[in-house]
Amino acid sequence: MKKAIFLLNGKETPYRPGQTLLEATQAIGFHIPTLCHLKETTPTGACRICLVEITGARSLMAACSTPVAEGMEVFTETERVHNTRKLNVELLLASGKHDCLICEASGDCRLQELAYYYGIKELKFSQDEKFYPTDDDNPFIIRDFSRCIRCGRCIQACNELVVNRAISYGYRGKNSKVVTGGDGPYTDSECVFCGQCVEVCPVGALTEKKAKGKARAWETNKIRTTCPYCGVGCQQWLHVKDGKIAKVTAVEDGEPNMGRLCVKGRFGYDFIYSEERLKTPLIRENGNFREASWDEALDLVAGKFKEIIATHGPDAIAGVSCARSINEDSYQMQKLFRAVIGTNNIDHCART
Amino acid sequence: MTNSFADFAKAKMILVIGSNMTEAHPVAASLLKMAVIGGAGLIVVDPRRTPLVDLANLHVPIKVGSDVAFLNGVMNVLVTEDLYDKKYVESCTMGFEDLKKKVLEYPPERAAAISGVSAEMIRDVARRLAAVRPAMLMYTLGITEHICGVNNVMSCANLQMLLGNVGFECGGVNPLRGQNNVQGACDMGALPNVFPGYQRVDNPHAREKFAAAWKVEKLPEKPGIMIPQMIEGLLDGKVKAFYVFGENLANTEPDIRHVEHCLGSAEFLVCQDIFPTETTRFAHVVLPAAAWSENDGTFTSSERRVNRVRTVSAPPGGAKPNWWIFKEIAKRMGQDWETNSAQEIWDNEVSQLAPSLGGIKYFRLEKDGLQWPAPSLEHQGTSFLHKEGCFTCGLGVLAPIDWIPPAEVPDAEYPLVLSTGRRLYHYHTRTQTGRSQGLNDLLGEETADISEAEAEKYGIEHGEMIAVKSRRGRVVVKANVTEQVPEGLVWMAFHFREGCANWLTNPAYDPITQTAEYKACAVAIEKLA
Repeated sequence: MKKAIFLLNGKETPYRPGQTLLEATQAIGFHIPTLCHLKETTPTGACRICLVEITGARSLMAACSTPVAEGMEVFTETERVHNTRKLNVELLLASGKHDCLICEASGDCRLQELAYYYGIKELKFSQDEKFYPTDDDNPFIIRDFSRCIRCGRCIQACNELVVNRAISYGYRGKNSKVVTGGDGPYTDSECVFCGQCVEVCPVGALTEKKAKGKARAWETNKIRTTCPYCGVGCQQWLHVKDGKIAKVTAVEDGEPNMGRLCVKGRFGYDFIYSEERLKTPLIRENGNFREASWDEALDLVAGKFKEIIATHGPDAIAGVSCARSINEDSYQMQKLFRAVIGTNNIDHCART
Repeated sequence: MTNSFADFAKAKMILVIGSNMTEAHPVAASLLKMAVIGGAGLIVVDPRRTPLVDLANLHVPIKVGSDVAFLNGVMNVLVTEDLYDKKYVESCTMGFEDLKKKVLEYPPERAAAISGVSAEMIRDVARRLAAVRPAMLMYTLGITEHICGVNNVMSCANLQMLLGNVGFECGGVNPLRGQNNVQGACDMGALPNVFPGYQRVDNPHAREKFAAAWKVEKLPEKPGIMIPQMIEGLLDGKVKAFYVFGENLANTEPDIRHVEHCLGSAEFLVCQDIFPTETTRFAHVVLPAAAWSENDGTFTSSERRVNRVRTVSAPPGGAKPNWWIFKEIAKRMGQDWETNSAQEIWDNEVSQLAPSLGGIKYFRLEKDGLQWPAPSLEHQGTSFLHKEGCFTCGLGVLAPIDWIPPAEVPDAEYPLVLSTGRRLYHYHTRTQTGRSQGLNDLLGEETADISEAEAEKYGIEHGEMIAVKSRRGRVVVKANVTEQVPEGLVWMAFHFREGCANWLTNPAYDPITQTAEYKACAVAIEKLA
């Protein structure tokens, strides 16, 4: 079979029939800038940043939503392409309040990156001033419509990645807005607070309330770990500043969640910092707990176990391990019971 | 799970039974929903109209505890209409004749009378399942938390083998594990009958192998007791010392009043935890432990994937890693264990001793982890089990199963069924989610979910405080009148101490697994004012 070929800036380039231009170029590691494009979802072509010139086409075409055709001649770096992309960035900058200095997303903002990349020196157009009011009447997500560029990534994520179907476009033209059913706050909607919309927002329109003011993007280091809730085993990035978690996001290409998290996985991390944590061994004395040293507490446990084994045999001791803790902890506990105490009376909530 | 989460998004036909995964396993549900919006068929079998039903081709609202009768009815249709996979059954399974005899006792009309769904719907389910191969079956605790939990699981397996669906990508029998490391705790041998890697304690070769590795003369051969027997043992004196690591039994076990009586009777109770809980109140010694992001280690997920857990910060105050605490107790009882970190424990002991984990070492877990079995360092892990129907144990066993009713069924005094489970915004007894800022704002108290029919019958308004009582206890809780719940059913969770369903649940157990029947007991509701 003849190999499928198209011409990318004059160079013969292979593609798989059915691929979009963006997919075909990404497959060979060639970079076309994008903004609204969201992997695994239907392309919307909303932002016009990935525009390219195609011989014979009347206007510039969005690489994300244009299928490659055999022999198609594509130019990605012409002056016309460059100027149009730049103009589109300038228009986006004028569409809202993009005041990076005080924006939570600064340093982690696609629009900011594009403005820098296209060397934009000043705001060419006057900014819009009238915006829909901010919705932050919930514990987790701030929806600042003055920063929304209506790229639709949040809508794609909600409807196609997590399939919670809580938001879509509302109104028309200049008045268009990302809305819940009935355009109420998230709390009065189908929203289940998975926060996927925040994760994919390329600007500062959707930000995490709990992370606000905790750390700038460039101040954190990311540590990969596994979610501590259900048994799906979602892969997380913990964004850590000064040894403390500022926020949690999903590992984009990590199995099994492939960039998704739920409300508990994304927002249920700060129990570890609770003041109520147990910090010292406790021993019951006259009906009350008193603080004790590790040596005293461990000696007491070991001594009591030895005494019970001597009097009643090892089967008079039983233990329950923890289905929440790491494998190595459960391994050690069953080893303690079998090899040291001498009983198989070890279980956990395996079946519930 | 026999299969992987990646299959959820690619499956062509899906049967979900006894699983409210949009709330209990939201990300798994998202993957499944992607398959459905991409065209996959979805059948949801659940007494409640769970959120997944919105996307389903078919909702089968069976009565609580009628799973075996329903599944036998479906298999009856597969057999009588000649829709089962004969080639697969002949070459990969045994026991077909016995199963056939049994399911012929459950014609759709009889299954319908027990399960409360129509005979026509039972036929429809069978035909839909037979039309697409492979179909993927997922279940959760709606299947296991019954006195016939084992039978329910075996019926799911029977169905999938009869359809020739076990051993293929996007097929199989897939229990969604409720906790992050319940799979791992099983794999590690925190079970009364097996060593790590499911090597039986009553097998002398296994005992010899572990005795040599652990440098002890002998190991106990008699399988131990399970949690309910341990708790009862506190009362009758068979258990003198009870070591509870990271479990809040005073809230999670059925019949709280009785459980607390037992815990209060313990001669010596050790609790090792990250927070004071309802259970630590009864302890004689409390040991403070490191939590999730204060550990290096591994969790094993439902899809048998061993994933890394990494340290962000040290535990607060004097709290210590759990593995260290066990090692210190062992030392004080005369044994010096060499390994001195989670990685050493895994690499030098666990993966050496459990053949299915033999090829899994920390250096291989940097990214996406590995799915066991991975017996050698060259092995890339196993995304689905029993490939092409070649079962690990030889032939897949088709077992004839009879339906039995729940241990406690409604009567004149307690006319309603109580079923229980988890809700989206909290996790178990809220030791973690209750202390994570914001989650209490989204769900701040327990409710009793009742149908509109019940609300009308008792004159109850949505949001009104009502009493729910069973033979074990009585709670006062807010009524949540919802279309999710059918007439005759009350549904509650166990997240909040106040109004916890476990004041009411029935301590009746599956005889093999000792799993309690959290999904079914008889209750009455009372209007208060």
